[in-house]
Amino acid sequence: MAVLEILTYPDPRLKQVSEPVTRFDEALRAFIADLEETRRAGPGAVGIAAPQVGHFQRIVIVDVSGARRPVPNHGHLVLVNPEITAWEGYAVGREGCLSVPDYTGNVIRAERIHLEARDPRGEVLAFDMEGFEARAVQHEMDHLDGLLFLDRLVSRRNDLFRRKKYR
Amino acid sequence: MAEDWYMVNLVGVDRPGIVAHVSAALFQAGCNLGEAAMMRLGGNFSIMLMVQGSGGKAGLVRLLEPVAESLGLRLHVDRIEGHLHRHLEPDVRVTVFGADRAGIVARVTGVLAEVGFNILDLQSDVGGTEAEPIYVMTLEGQAPEGIEAVRSALAAVGGDAGIEVEVTPIETLVG
Repeated sequence: MAVLEILTYPDPRLKQVSEPVTRFDEALRAFIADLEETRRAGPGAVGIAAPQVGHFQRIVIVDVSGARRPVPNHGHLVLVNPEITAWEGYAVGREGCLSVPDYTGNVIRAERIHLEARDPRGEVLAFDMEGFEARAVQHEMDHLDGLLFLDRLVSRRNDLFRRKKYR
Repeated sequence: MAEDWYMVNLVGVDRPGIVAHVSAALFQAGCNLGEAAMMRLGGNFSIMLMVQGSGGKAGLVRLLEPVAESLGLRLHVDRIEGHLHRHLEPDVRVTVFGADRAGIVARVTGVLAEVGFNILDLQSDVGGTEAEPIYVMTLEGQAPEGIEAVRSALAAVGGDAGIEVEVTPIETLVG
């Protein structure tokens, strides 16, 4: 196990598109363990994507179960070759990134998604998810296509924030 | 050698091209720009601009005074202790709107100060018509006593007829 070096913008490698995983072997699982250790070593990251450590395969980790305010979630997720097959609704939310230190900005994401992926052994996974967890998955999956939240920024001012009723 | 930072304020009647003129003059003089906020308030151009340069406050004023004058702007320069990379992350957003009345800002921010709320960003607008103006304010900041403390502190203000107060958490996703 090792904490890997995180690439930070403007490193051009962050724009690289990652390749699908084809071999679900011990090497894959060892890398995933390192990726998770790297996520945990960072400042409160709810997710990480393989290309953030210079490993250009379609692998992301998302875990919003420890969010400051509890949100609906599926626990700790390792998603290999993830695909979003359905989107619904949208919301503005604030995002930061391990690869973009000392900056946060507002980004529009789908509010509900249907997600299909493989687990580290190649078994099929499928989830319906919403809100913060869906946002985290979309943020991480962008890395697989060479996109950062900077590519999706909307104005900090005068944004339409969805009025939410709590209780 | 690290050069000093200055806060440059320019205020005047708005017109296109002001930012381009000012930033070109600064660039040609070898100054760096840091963070900046420009707004049009009541038809006025207004900018706060972090500028780094070696000529001292007097040098910066000498450089910018003719530019400001040519654009019909008033200039104010202060040396600041600020630095880049000092962002604080807001965790609560407060939106206030209603019929424009004297004292809304004082009441809302007074209540927020009592619960230790640190305002990091505030913007407000007056819309509606001259006969019936409406006031809209959004502010973001840190609530050290938590969002519920902010909610209950503002409940009384929101209870006043004609003022809507919305308190929402800002959950910054880091991934």
